[in-house]
Amino acid sequence: MSDPTNNDPLMDDREASTGLSGSTTADTLHPPTELTSSVTGELRRAVLGMNLLVSALAVVLALAIGAVLIALSSPNVIESAGYFFARPLDTVSAIWQSVTSAYSALFQGALINIDALREGDISRAFYPLSETLTVSAPLILAGLAVAIPFRAGLFNIGAQGQMAFAAIGGGFVGFAISLPAGVHLIVSLIAAMLFGAFYAGIVGFLKARTGAHEVITTIMLNYIAIYFLGWVLNQDWFQREGRNDPISPILSDTALFPRFFGDGLRVHAGIVVAVLAVVVLWWTLTKTTLGFKIQTVGANASAARTAGIDVGRIWIAAMLIAGAMAGLAVSMNVNGTDKVVTAGIVGNIGFDAITVALLGRGSPFGVLWAGLLFGGLRAGGLAMQASTGTPIDIVLVLQALIVLFIAAPALVRSVFRIRAGGTEALSLAKGWGT
Amino acid sequence: MRLELRGITKRFGSLVANDDISLTVEPGQIHALLGENGAGKSTLMNVLYGLLQPDAGQILIDGEPVTFTSPARAIEAGIGMVHQHFMLVPVFTVAENVELGAESVGPLGMLRTGEAADAVREVSRKYGLEVDPDAVTEDLPVGIQQRVEIIKALTRDAQCLILDEPTAVLTPQETDELLAIVRQLRDSGKAIVLITHKLREVREAADVITVIRRGRVVAEAVSPQTPESELAGMMVGRDVSLRVDKEPADPGEPVIGVSNLSVFDSADRAIVDSVSFDVRAGEVLCVAGVQGNGQSELVEAIMGLRDRVSGDARVGGTSIVGRSTKRILGLGVGYVPEDREHDGLVGSFTIAQNLVLDSIDTAPWSRAGVIDYGRIRDHGVQMVEQFDVRAQSAAVFASTLSGGNKQKVVLAREMSRELRVLIAAQPTRGLDVGSIEFVHRRIIEARDAGVACLVVSSELDEVYALADRIMVMYAGRVAGIVEPDISRDDLGLLMAGATG
Repeated sequence: MSDPTNNDPLMDDREASTGLSGSTTADTLHPPTELTSSVTGELRRAVLGMNLLVSALAVVLALAIGAVLIALSSPNVIESAGYFFARPLDTVSAIWQSVTSAYSALFQGALINIDALREGDISRAFYPLSETLTVSAPLILAGLAVAIPFRAGLFNIGAQGQMAFAAIGGGFVGFAISLPAGVHLIVSLIAAMLFGAFYAGIVGFLKARTGAHEVITTIMLNYIAIYFLGWVLNQDWFQREGRNDPISPILSDTALFPRFFGDGLRVHAGIVVAVLAVVVLWWTLTKTTLGFKIQTVGANASAARTAGIDVGRIWIAAMLIAGAMAGLAVSMNVNGTDKVVTAGIVGNIGFDAITVALLGRGSPFGVLWAGLLFGGLRAGGLAMQASTGTPIDIVLVLQALIVLFIAAPALVRSVFRIRAGGTEALSLAKGWGT
Repeated sequence: MRLELRGITKRFGSLVANDDISLTVEPGQIHALLGENGAGKSTLMNVLYGLLQPDAGQILIDGEPVTFTSPARAIEAGIGMVHQHFMLVPVFTVAENVELGAESVGPLGMLRTGEAADAVREVSRKYGLEVDPDAVTEDLPVGIQQRVEIIKALTRDAQCLILDEPTAVLTPQETDELLAIVRQLRDSGKAIVLITHKLREVREAADVITVIRRGRVVAEAVSPQTPESELAGMMVGRDVSLRVDKEPADPGEPVIGVSNLSVFDSADRAIVDSVSFDVRAGEVLCVAGVQGNGQSELVEAIMGLRDRVSGDARVGGTSIVGRSTKRILGLGVGYVPEDREHDGLVGSFTIAQNLVLDSIDTAPWSRAGVIDYGRIRDHGVQMVEQFDVRAQSAAVFASTLSGGNKQKVVLAREMSRELRVLIAAQPTRGLDVGSIEFVHRRIIEARDAGVACLVVSSELDEVYALADRIMVMYAGRVAGIVEPDISRDDLGLLMAGATG
């Protein structure tokens, strides 16, 4: 039995169909359940109910709009458009030139440098792939930190804060303790996971005990974690000796991820950890009772409670897993690329993770592909900017467009004239009683 | 207004919901459209009301072909619809709800609030519908809310009124009142379409009956004098028994013992107020009462789904107040929740997965937290056959099943465990005749096997069919525990709050 909640065109839409007569059942044990499902239910439905085709087409559509933007930002196109009526073909060829060269640079910058390959410079040829994998690893793990709670019906906006908090634990173990190589790395990773899990666990605990909405608590905890990290970086026990700026000592070599191909290529063993995490969480979601319960709670918390599942405990469990993944995610930077903890160690990964999880439709393998795609776009974008002058902001716009189209699947369907099975009946059913 | 449907066909993908349906509704006539759930009644009415476009066929009004591209066009043409789920804004007054969508507007877009209230009063008087135009809708009983819907249609000058399962939410008394109103509307020359699967009402109110089954008309111009069993046979397509054959109960020791159980809401009002009763092994205790008199909360309290509970409840001597739902299920309690879509099933899970929802932690479904999906699938296939669930396979999503089949899945799950207690809330609500028969038979089988059965129902037919004893609840209290030979009228009085 493969992933059971994917591709389901007819998710339970009972939430939408409570009539007046439903008012008598309002006061149940956990009133916040109803609230959560109404706030994030619509998005959950849109994301989990979406099929692979629509995600792929969303990417295609985003690339098409990106092409327009590339053309508009190209000086050659603007210049030739000035004499468009005299020589229209110049404009057309300038557009073609700018778009193809930009996308080709993007593609080569994400995967493989073909010129270097021809010259036999293997290290330079595979530099783009190395960059893509390096950038993807934290995106994938942070994506999982959003995706797993998503499956339990929680919208974790807090990967950013969980990563910042985890960086303190993982980083401290990395530079302050001395342990044998390998063991040191593992202990540092575990410390980061524990710190992340603790921080995310607060959210699950508050939700389970008091019904505090996780969107609000995670956003607020993000601020706390980021400023707490800033404070820690100025403390004697964490700040690098002789520095006044917020930066930690460099991590011991024993706590670093080994690099596969020496110092020429940045790719490190972290990507293996990310892929392993994907496999483990896929297995957990689809083959274990914990995963079954997480999915039950996410799909229908009332039915889960009626079936004797402790909904609050599952929320806490999902958040603990999420925090551990956020911890691993920040370790990709702390123990991999940066080798230090700084105030900017998280970058924007915790928020990009939301995008990755949405594109990945909340499934671990979906997150893997989405993380690789975004990592590739990021790495390729830099190469594109360097070689063709097309600003990397185009890539950010592409990412935003992809998510926009995913959030509005009906738009993609109408552009490509796909008929979704049962849509008519579904939308009608929703119309009743709302 | 004479309304005619000619050869209406509507397909959803490969499913033919309406297959060449023809129907004529005369003015001054109550035309009952009888069919099981999923027979295509609602689809047909949605076509008529402009919510769906037919793939083939024609609608004629007084002989003129018309097309309705939206409900607004249908309303314009004089068609009014009272939906099963009311389309009212709870916090609006009756008058505001009635004018909603057709507001009378003065200069500068100001509402003329007085006019709607006058219109409500006028229509109320004309047809004997007593409704206060200034009352807030959510404070009104369900029966009155339904009248608001009818008034709304009448103020739009509806000549043909469609009532979709109008009695599903009403008490027996309210049902009688509604049928009286419908008759009066007919006498004033309106054409009435009554969509229902309840045979009693059809025989009581209809002038002519059309029976549809699987999207086709199987009998037209049927006389309302036709015996119930014959109507049921047409609807289901085979002979059905409306009575549940059962031996007299042979009750043993009390298994459920409830004493002074109270349930409070968040404002500390008692929704269930010091309720005490026993259910013995091998008997069915039916909890009768109009919906919303504490029955649902009582059951939820017993299942550990409510906090703010005081008093004592025991299953086989073990106190269960304050225990988790998991513990209570573990004592051998089977639970069929009132709202099967919301509480009973996960729509995006397969039938097989739903069948192990509350036992996933136990062998053989899982060992050490790892699920054995092979066994769950086999179990699903077996249960689908054993409980006659009509589905392509056990691997289809529960949300694609009809109401009756959903309930069979819930029953299959709850009854495939070793049970001492079966608690079923509204077990046949919204089900078709065939499924009702099946569910009732299963409950009686459980009883005969020595299970203590607690059945909550607001359908009197069901109460009489199943009960060995009847407990009537009113306003959170026990209005009386009576033998099942009590007359319908006396039972109705108890349900309406008369002390017994």
